[in-house]
Amino acid sequence: MAVLVSTTINGDNVEFACEPNESLLDVLRNRLGLSGAKEGCGTGDCGACSVQVDGRVVCSCLVLGVEAEGREIETVEGLAHGTELHPLQTKFLEHAALQCGVCTPGFLMAAKALLEKNPDPTEEEIRFGLAGNLCRCTGYDKIVRAVQDAAKVMRG
Amino acid sequence: MQYEAPETTKAAVGLLAKAKGSAYVLAGGSDLLVRMKGGFVEPDLVVDIKRIKPMREIKKTASGFTIGAAVSCAEMNENKALIKAWPGVVEAAGLIGSKQVQSRCTVTGNLCNSSPAADSVPALVAAGAKAVIQGPRGKRKVAVEDIPVGPGRNSLKKGELIEAIELPARKGKSGDAYLRFIPRTEMDIAVVSAGVSLTLGDKGVIKDARVALGAVAPTVRLVKEAAKAIIGTKLDEAALEKLGKAASAACSPIDDKRGTIEFRTKVAAVLAKRAAQIAYKRAGGK
Ligand SMILES: Cc1cc2nc3c(=O)[nH]c(=O)nc-3n(C[C@H](O)[C@H](O)[C@H](O)COP(=O)(O)OP(=O)(O)OC[C@H]3O[C@@H](n4cnc5c(N)ncnc54)[C@H](O)[C@@H]3O)c2cc1C
Ligand code: FES
Ligand code: FES
Repeated sequence: MAVLVSTTINGDNVEFACEPNESLLDVLRNRLGLSGAKEGCGTGDCGACSVQVDGRVVCSCLVLGVEAEGREIETVEGLAHGTELHPLQTKFLEHAALQCGVCTPGFLMAAKALLEKNPDPTEEEIRFGLAGNLCRCTGYDKIVRAVQDAAKVMRG
Repeated sequence: MQYEAPETTKAAVGLLAKAKGSAYVLAGGSDLLVRMKGGFVEPDLVVDIKRIKPMREIKKTASGFTIGAAVSCAEMNENKALIKAWPGVVEAAGLIGSKQVQSRCTVTGNLCNSSPAADSVPALVAAGAKAVIQGPRGKRKVAVEDIPVGPGRNSLKKGELIEAIELPARKGKSGDAYLRFIPRTEMDIAVVSAGVSLTLGDKGVIKDARVALGAVAPTVRLVKEAAKAIIGTKLDEAALEKLGKAASAACSPIDDKRGTIEFRTKVAAVLAKRAAQIAYKRAGGK
C-alpha cells in the first residue's frame, strides 16, 4: 500500500506517494522527475546516486523513500542557482572531469559535502573523501584537480 | 511490506513483538536494504528506529558512554570526548564503507548483522562493551561478544532490539586500537582484523588487557590467551611474540578469494602485535 510522504527537496516542499520498500533514488527519478541522481549499482558501492539528507551525503539507493518524511533533501538539481553554475560544476567542465557523465552528479554531491566539512582538503583527503564514488572513464585525476580548484574558488 | 517509524523504544518493541511475519529493525540500512534488494530477505515489517530520540544520542555518564543504536558512525567520529576515551572504537567505526555509508551506518547494525568481518565489532569486544537489549520481557544487558552466534545470525529473541551500546569509563592510563588488513586502502571487507584495549599500572606495566580478532572464525573472537600474554609486561619483544602466537592459535579461518587460512593465521599475529603497540602508546606507555 502506498504511503504519503511530505518532505523538502532543494528547499521546496514536496509531497509524494510511494511504496514502503521503494528507494529514495527510485522516488526521485521515477516519481518526481529528478533524474540527476543515477543508479550505477543499487547497492551502495558506486555513489552515482549520492544526495544529501539533513546535511549529510548518502547513497539514495540505500534510503527508503518513506524515510524522507520531514527531512531536507538536496540533489544535484539544486546545485546551480538558475543559470549560474556552482563552482564545482564550473570546475568539472573546465577540467574536463567527466566523459560519459554518469558518475558526475554523485561526485558533485559528494565533493560538495566534503568541502562543506573541510574547505581546504589535501589531495589524499579528497581521494579518501570521494572513495565511495566510482568513475569508469576519467581515471580520477581530473576529478581531483577539479575539486581542488573549486575548493580554491569557494574559499575566495 | 509495512514500514513503521515509532518515537519510543516501547512502541518499537511492541511492533516487533506483535509482528506476524518477518520483522526487521532498520538503523542505517546499509546491510538490510542491500539484502532486501538482493532478494535475500523479504520483510513483512520494517521498524525504523531513527525517530526514537534517545537512540540518536551519545551520552557521557559516570560509568562511561552510552551510544544510542541509531547514532551513525559519522556522528561517533564527530564526538570529541568519545574519540579521546575510545580512539580504537571510533577508528574502527570510521572504517566502515564510504562517506555515504558513514552518514547512515551504525555500530549496533554492524554488530547485529553479525558478519565475522564486521569492522567495529573486534574494537567493541576489546573495549568490553555491553549491548543494552529491550524486549517484551524487559531490559537485559549482555557482553557484545555474545550477540553474534554465527555468520549472519545473532542471539536476539523475537521482539528484542538493542537500544544502545555501553562503553565503560576509562580510568588511569588506558588506550585502545583497531587494525584491519584489506588489499585496497578504502572500501573493502577485512581479510583479518584485530582490536586491543589495555590499561597500565605502575611504571608502564600492563595490568589489564583485552584482545579480539575479526574474520578468522565464524564470529569475532575474544582471545583471552592473547591478553594473558601481555598482562604483567611492558610489551617487550618476548611478550609481543607470545601475543602473536596466541593470536594465531585462536584462528580457525576459512580459505576464500580474499585470503588463505595460512595468510589469515599469520596476519592475525602481525595485526594483534601492531594494535597492541598502538594501544600501549596511546595509554602513555613507552
Ligand atoms: C558500500 C558498503 C560498504 C561497506 N563497508 C563495510 C566495511 O568496510 N566494514 C564493515 O564492517 N561493514 C561494511 N558494510 C556493511 C554495513 O555498512 C555495516 O555492517 C553497518 O555497520 C551496518 O549498520 P546499519 O546501521 O546500516 O545496519 P542495518 O542495515 O540498518 O541493520 C543491519 C542488521 O541489523 C539489524 N539491526 C540493526 N539495528 C538493530 C538494533 N538496534 N536492534 C536489533 N537489530 C538491529 C537489522 O535488522 C539488520 O538485520 C558496508 C556496506 C556497504 C553498502
Ligand atoms: S546506485 Fe547507489 S551507490 Fe551505486
Ligand atoms: S565519466 Fe563516465 S563514469 Fe565517470
